[in-house]
Amino acid sequence: MLVSSTPAAPTPPVERSRWRTGGRHGVLLAVPAVGLLGAVFLVPVAGLVWTSFADPALGLANYRELFTDGVSVVVVLRTLRMATIVTLVTLVLAYPYAYLMTVVGPRARSVMVALVLLPFWTSLLARTFAWIVLLQDNGPVNDLLTAVGLGPLELAGTEAGVTIGMTQVLLPFMTLPLYGTLRTIDRRLIDAALVLGARPLTAFRRVYLPLSMPGVVAGAVMVYILALGFYVTPAMLGSPGESMVSQLMTVRITQLLDFGGGGALATVLFLLTLLLLAVVSRFGSVGAALGMAPRGDR
Amino acid sequence: MTGGGRRAGLALRLVSVLVGGFLVAPVFVVVPLGFTDKDSFEFPPSGWSLRYHVRFFTDPAWVEPLLTSLAVAVMVTLTATATGTLAAFAITRLCRGRAALQGLLLAPMIVPNVVVALAIYAAFLSWGLVGTVEGLVLAHAVLALPFVVITVGASLRTLDVRLERAAASLGASPFATFRRITLPLIAPGVMSGAVFAFVTSFDEAVISLYLQSPHLRTLPVQMFTSVSSDVDPTIAAGSTVILVVTTALILLPDFVKRRTS
Repeated sequence: MLVSSTPAAPTPPVERSRWRTGGRHGVLLAVPAVGLLGAVFLVPVAGLVWTSFADPALGLANYRELFTDGVSVVVVLRTLRMATIVTLVTLVLAYPYAYLMTVVGPRARSVMVALVLLPFWTSLLARTFAWIVLLQDNGPVNDLLTAVGLGPLELAGTEAGVTIGMTQVLLPFMTLPLYGTLRTIDRRLIDAALVLGARPLTAFRRVYLPLSMPGVVAGAVMVYILALGFYVTPAMLGSPGESMVSQLMTVRITQLLDFGGGGALATVLFLLTLLLLAVVSRFGSVGAALGMAPRGDR
Repeated sequence: MTGGGRRAGLALRLVSVLVGGFLVAPVFVVVPLGFTDKDSFEFPPSGWSLRYHVRFFTDPAWVEPLLTSLAVAVMVTLTATATGTLAAFAITRLCRGRAALQGLLLAPMIVPNVVVALAIYAAFLSWGLVGTVEGLVLAHAVLALPFVVITVGASLRTLDVRLERAAASLGASPFATFRRITLPLIAPGVMSGAVFAFVTSFDEAVISLYLQSPHLRTLPVQMFTSVSSDVDPTIAAGSTVILVVTTALILLPDFVKRRTS
């Protein structure tokens, strides 16, 4: 990345044992990190999942409760719907933006990159707070809507408000992977399609769009997973009557001390995420999006 | 290009300007609001003053969480950078079990944040770590670890192993090779990992909300509480300060790199 792009020469087998710290000693370096993760991540998550089957009594009672209490299913479905909407909206907004990033000159591009990165660095609390100010009943957004004759609308404390806030917070997670893919697309392929008589829309749909799919999938997965587990933004911008899974879990565990019920919700959320990753990993590129590129090819 | 093409180009630019505006809108609200002289979230503010910036740095209700957040973030940075750098070495230099180790180390990024947070809260309740600085540091370090592993791993993959071999063949001990050759070469990666770790901890709200006690609050928790309980523009002043500090920190590795090269 920074030092040298020369690939390391193939190592002779004799030196390998000494210089690729391999074998027994190399793995010891990971012990502190694995210990930390084991104690503060694996054991707690496994514990919470176990609790969902064992608290208050061994069995599936918590899951039966989850499907019959009349609240959990509604909240889970609402969360899935919100995550889907936010994913689609970020995709629609990020696609043209990322495309323009690939065709403008270097100076305009660095401005566009900065605009994406700036919110990335801004405190989540600060941004969510800003949306409270922007969306309040007599706030700037409603002033604007009234001026154009569309408002005022009730945005604060509604699902619409939560959607706007979450979209803004998650937009960079869609834009960056998308840009990473779009800039690798050879534009001559489009020209070729046009020369061969395709209309611009057909060229986009049959050539450009399929080539951009890895970026679309990577960005969509990131946004969807993050949206499923969002807590701060819905809690600050939404209303308790329209809570998301994260809020319901929080109430069950921290206020009702219902660890089994909260654990069951957490397990469902976790399984949904894994399922999504499993489905999407067939397209590849999820790992790359999360920084797991196996070789130094990034 | 045809007329239709030009119209499409114009539409594309217009949409992108709107998206760009949407991305930065919060920043343009928070910064001016921190300088309001009213006791409200009126925007745009009709009068200006510095009193909320002064309050942010003098009122114990804000200063104590700020200091807590800074202390926790520094400890998280040290913990996550040290353990994450070692683990990145294990992943890049280890031939077998690499994929499993990498998957494990990056797992906190895949499990939904709120699940991790509540699992840690439940475990820490029985271990007596709720409401302690140690608990906050451990929990934040777990979230920060993947970022260090990724950035240091990226530096290590581009490191030319022949440089290490040359040092060793010239008689340097493994430790000297590491300290004199390897570490300086991967320093930029370690530094960006450390910055990510700091920012992750400094901005973390969910776990901190569960682990808080009346005597221990981080800055994001105080901001969350302040918004839910009363109308206090100090949160805007605090946000501005955080924005400036975070931006400076993130530009720091780049700046150091430019100075040294």
